[in-house]
Amino acid sequence: MAGPNTSEAIAAELATRPGHANKRSTLIRWLVIGVSMTFLGALLAAPLAAVFATALHSGWAAYFQSFADPDTRAAIRLTLTTAAVVVPLNTLFGITAAWCIAKFEFKGKSFLITLIDLPLAVSPVVSGLIYVLLFGLNGWFGAWLQEHEISIVYALPGIILATMFVTFPYVARELIPLMQQLGNDEEEAAITLGAGGWFTFFHVTLPRIRWGLVYGVILCNARAMGEFGAVSVVSGNIRGLTTTMPLHIEILYNEYNFVGAFAVASMLSMLAVVTLVIKTLVERSGYRRR
Amino acid sequence: MKMVGQKEPNVLPGFGITLGFTTFFLCAIVLLPLSALVLKAAGMDFARFVDVITSPRALASYRLSFGASMLAASMNMVFGFGIAWSLVRYDFPGRKFVDAIIDMPFALPTAVSGIALTTVFAANGWIGQYLEPMGIKVAYTWIGITVALTLIGMPFVVRTVQPALAEVNRDLEDAAETLGAGRFYVFRRIIVPTVLPALLTGFTLAFARAVGEYGSVIFIAGNMPMKTEITPLLIVIRLEEFDYAGAAALGVVMLSISFVMLLAINLLQVWGRKRLMVSR
Repeated sequence: MAGPNTSEAIAAELATRPGHANKRSTLIRWLVIGVSMTFLGALLAAPLAAVFATALHSGWAAYFQSFADPDTRAAIRLTLTTAAVVVPLNTLFGITAAWCIAKFEFKGKSFLITLIDLPLAVSPVVSGLIYVLLFGLNGWFGAWLQEHEISIVYALPGIILATMFVTFPYVARELIPLMQQLGNDEEEAAITLGAGGWFTFFHVTLPRIRWGLVYGVILCNARAMGEFGAVSVVSGNIRGLTTTMPLHIEILYNEYNFVGAFAVASMLSMLAVVTLVIKTLVERSGYRRR
Repeated sequence: MKMVGQKEPNVLPGFGITLGFTTFFLCAIVLLPLSALVLKAAGMDFARFVDVITSPRALASYRLSFGASMLAASMNMVFGFGIAWSLVRYDFPGRKFVDAIIDMPFALPTAVSGIALTTVFAANGWIGQYLEPMGIKVAYTWIGITVALTLIGMPFVVRTVQPALAEVNRDLEDAAETLGAGRFYVFRRIIVPTVLPALLTGFTLAFARAVGEYGSVIFIAGNMPMKTEITPLLIVIRLEEFDYAGAAALGVVMLSISFVMLLAINLLQVWGRKRLMVSR
């Protein structure tokens, strides 16, 4: 069979083969990319840029000035305190839950997993509401708490509880599939050879799950610091006392203090960016989400 | 490999204590508070309960919350597919960067995305100033609500469709094309059926998240009763009026929706796994 002998003929023949780019497929390709990127640009990039543009609208001096406000500082402190309590507790829970679910077989396991995931499906407002109903003045424990002068709702404990509920599943969700996939063989070998339970966990399990753990913890932390709806319901919005950073943003914004509001927002945005950078680095280290 | 139905001895320690701790923590943080909500609503007079959840203001808020969430999830299904397709099939400058920032709405606090979207889409904002002369008001209307819900739902669709698209058998596509199938036919008969379960799962996840969303919506919504008032906001308003029972009743409605969504997602995932097994 006499094949094509000029380069144009070869090119024309190649163009008819599957998977080979021709004019139409190139056009579609750039159309899809163009539309997708415009969508992302309008929805994601523009708002993010607007945060920093508005925060720096009156210059760097005004930007830094807004962090001198004692209420803003109190909000930052409160957010850090909340995260400092919530993240370690939820990490401990996540590791424990993952150990029991991934390492052992028992009845009702998938039900347990569904329950752990439940807070993800619940509206943040409902997440706050349930604690108000439990610990508020007319709630189950309301009268008892008032007798003993303990305040949970409209105070730090309520904020911590609501944040804990919202960020409850993050570490567990990351670790359960990872540990299930890794299997029990290495731990069983360690135990059989005489290692203790803790030793096995710290020297055999932990090194293998560390990237998944980092992943879960940073996501949990980002959500804990940024939670708005649930915390808004339980906090009572007492300025300088029970306003976390997101709530303080709302107050400043409603007072038309845009530089102040967006200055605080820019800090949280940077936290989000740092979270994504760590996440990307973790993924680059070879960790794949399941 | 574990054998099905065969009980194997487990030498690992800590089953009792980890299960106990997990169950205790779960009950204390999640189940006990949720049951407080259900019991509070159950303690209401039934006629009053029905009254609260079917009041015109509540019905208007369901309509808005559902309509806007449905629209937002549908937009995400279309554009999310486009984004996932671009990331999986094409190579373009900045692809890795785009892939990394898809998760931004997960990490960005909702209050921040709320005020940022309002600023961009307000009448004098970067994008709003071009839409306003065309008669499209985004901020403080239902369109703005839809935009906010689209933003927070976007990663759900992209992140579920992406791995499914990567799974599509390229050899099958090439074979079909060699046998004379057009690109559109290949798309319709090979690609769409493979990614359909993932696409629907992503849609449901985005919808479930959008229905309950509060933070990013209230800034851009305008919050006019009967017009731009979402159901979660109505719960907050009832709480501020110290109408705990009314808030609990609406909370139960939202919680029931969450359960239905959770069930739908689980069923979709089972269906998707089954389809994947059949196609192999």
